[in-house]
Amino acid sequence: MDSAIPGTGRQPPRTETGPLGWIRSRLFSSPLNAILTILALWLLLMAIPALIDYLLVKPDFAATTAAQCRETGGYCWAFIREKHRLILFGIYPYDEQWRPLLASVILVVVIVCSCIRWFWKPFLGLLWVAALVAVGILMWGGILGLSYVENSRWGGLPLTLILSTFGIAFAFPFGLLLALGRRSHMPGVKAVCVVYIELIRGVPLVSLLFMSSVMLPLFLPEGFSIDKLLRAQIAIILFAAAYVAETVRGGLQAIPKGQYEGADSLGLSYWQQMRKIILPQALKIVIPPLVGIFISLFKDTSLVVIIGIFDLTQAAKAAVSDAVWRGFSTESYLFISVIYFIFCFSISRYSLSLERQLDQGQHR
Amino acid sequence: MSEPIIRLKNVNKWYGQFHVLRDLNLDVAPSERIVICGPSGSGKSTMIRCINRLEEHQEGQIIVDGVELTNDLKQIEAIRRDVGMVFQHFNLFPHMTVMENLTLGPIWVLKRPKAEAEATARKYLERVRIPEQADKYPGQLSGGQQQRVAIARSLCMNPKIMLFDEPTSALDPEMVKEVLDVMVELAEETGMTMLCVTHEMGFARKVADRVIFMDHGEIIEENAPDEFFDNPRNERTKLFLSQILH
Repeated sequence: MDSAIPGTGRQPPRTETGPLGWIRSRLFSSPLNAILTILALWLLLMAIPALIDYLLVKPDFAATTAAQCRETGGYCWAFIREKHRLILFGIYPYDEQWRPLLASVILVVVIVCSCIRWFWKPFLGLLWVAALVAVGILMWGGILGLSYVENSRWGGLPLTLILSTFGIAFAFPFGLLLALGRRSHMPGVKAVCVVYIELIRGVPLVSLLFMSSVMLPLFLPEGFSIDKLLRAQIAIILFAAAYVAETVRGGLQAIPKGQYEGADSLGLSYWQQMRKIILPQALKIVIPPLVGIFISLFKDTSLVVIIGIFDLTQAAKAAVSDAVWRGFSTESYLFISVIYFIFCFSISRYSLSLERQLDQGQHR
Repeated sequence: MSEPIIRLKNVNKWYGQFHVLRDLNLDVAPSERIVICGPSGSGKSTMIRCINRLEEHQEGQIIVDGVELTNDLKQIEAIRRDVGMVFQHFNLFPHMTVMENLTLGPIWVLKRPKAEAEATARKYLERVRIPEQADKYPGQLSGGQQQRVAIARSLCMNPKIMLFDEPTSALDPEMVKEVLDVMVELAEETGMTMLCVTHEMGFARKVADRVIFMDHGEIIEENAPDEFFDNPRNERTKLFLSQILH
């Protein structure tokens, strides 16, 4: 409904609108805000020129050796030129590194596709299967004329992507079930879920990874072993699922009792209620904390370093340990920080847009 | 009286130590329209919520359309398919459009094809006089419109029995009439069995076959509406009526 009648009413006072009004109301509305504004400006003035100087002005872009880099100072781009493949792909055979590159691209593309509503159709599942098969073939090889590469040589970005993609893909449904289980009326189911969630949340991821890599093999029968990478992956899934469960439980508790009763009165079964009524609303509420979990899961994959898996962080560390290029750790870590940031920031922006999409039309 | 469609036999219920329903006995004939009133906390809502098992009774028998309510989930679901319920706070699903709210039950519970479910939904939206709101979300409608959508949602399941749990008490005064009009029409044009917890005495006089007065978990008095309002027999009924009729 359009209640405003054009041509009536006065314009608001000048000081309230336009750039001047904006500056007044947003930056200098009170003495404290004015101080904060000035402080923020001062920080930016300190940081940005220094950063530009360090990254772009000082360095000699033509430098090719460590010695040249040390001479000019600033960010050593030569180090990145020299080491970026080690950092990105770890100790994967050098001549075959197009394979993990392609695998990473495929993974990123299907992830991006999964984020777009238009793709939310049954064939997305097929797309995932196809993509995972392709990634498997590319990474392992052994068929189609590709040489076999065992997964202890996988490393860098593709490994980080694989660990976090599978981590999220399995932790999310598992966590959902745990959350539902914890709210179940069946005491047995409830007890199992509560114990699981509290146990896992009471233990740091690092120790879970240690357990999976050191202790688990002790319990397995002789000659029977689970691949180290798989064990780390399982540890990550189990860990994240407990957090997903607690977050989703929060969402479930926020759904008013009337929604359950409305669904009950229509004769919907428990699973229909959850799928159509309760979870869609509960998950929408918990998108922000859920995305927080996914972002920290993505970053926490770097902890696999401690059991000797060669992920992005470990690769960055390895690049620095080269005797010729000693002392360029800033370069190396800044490089992977940017990579981590790009992924995490994208996830976060996506979650914002998803929230906005789901919000449409539901409120007055 | 023909075979009752709802039969309550010595129904008792406690909330912890609190005895909410005490030895309730009630037979409802098919197509009968009953209005239940009584002071708050008298157990009237609890009673009708027991009929579709939103609340569990602890003693006695409730038989709905020949099926006894027990813990058997299949039986509960079967009864809920035949019993529609309209709530005080509508309980529409806010993340779905009006059309989706209306077709959810028919598609998932009654396994109707989508086109058929939508046609039925349009028919009932027409009947509650808001056909133009089909694609809106509940949050975009007024309270009165939401309650009418909720009534249509129940009707879409083609129930034999409709339960109304204070359907107008959460509404702004000017919206009460539009909802009552729909309910009166429903009562007059269909042969549906209706149980309605309400304090709308005009409505009770107009459509009810029987008015039941409850207090402290007991049925104190029941009678035809004119008799009930003009010649209440029990002291508590008289007191209650004097309070709400001023």
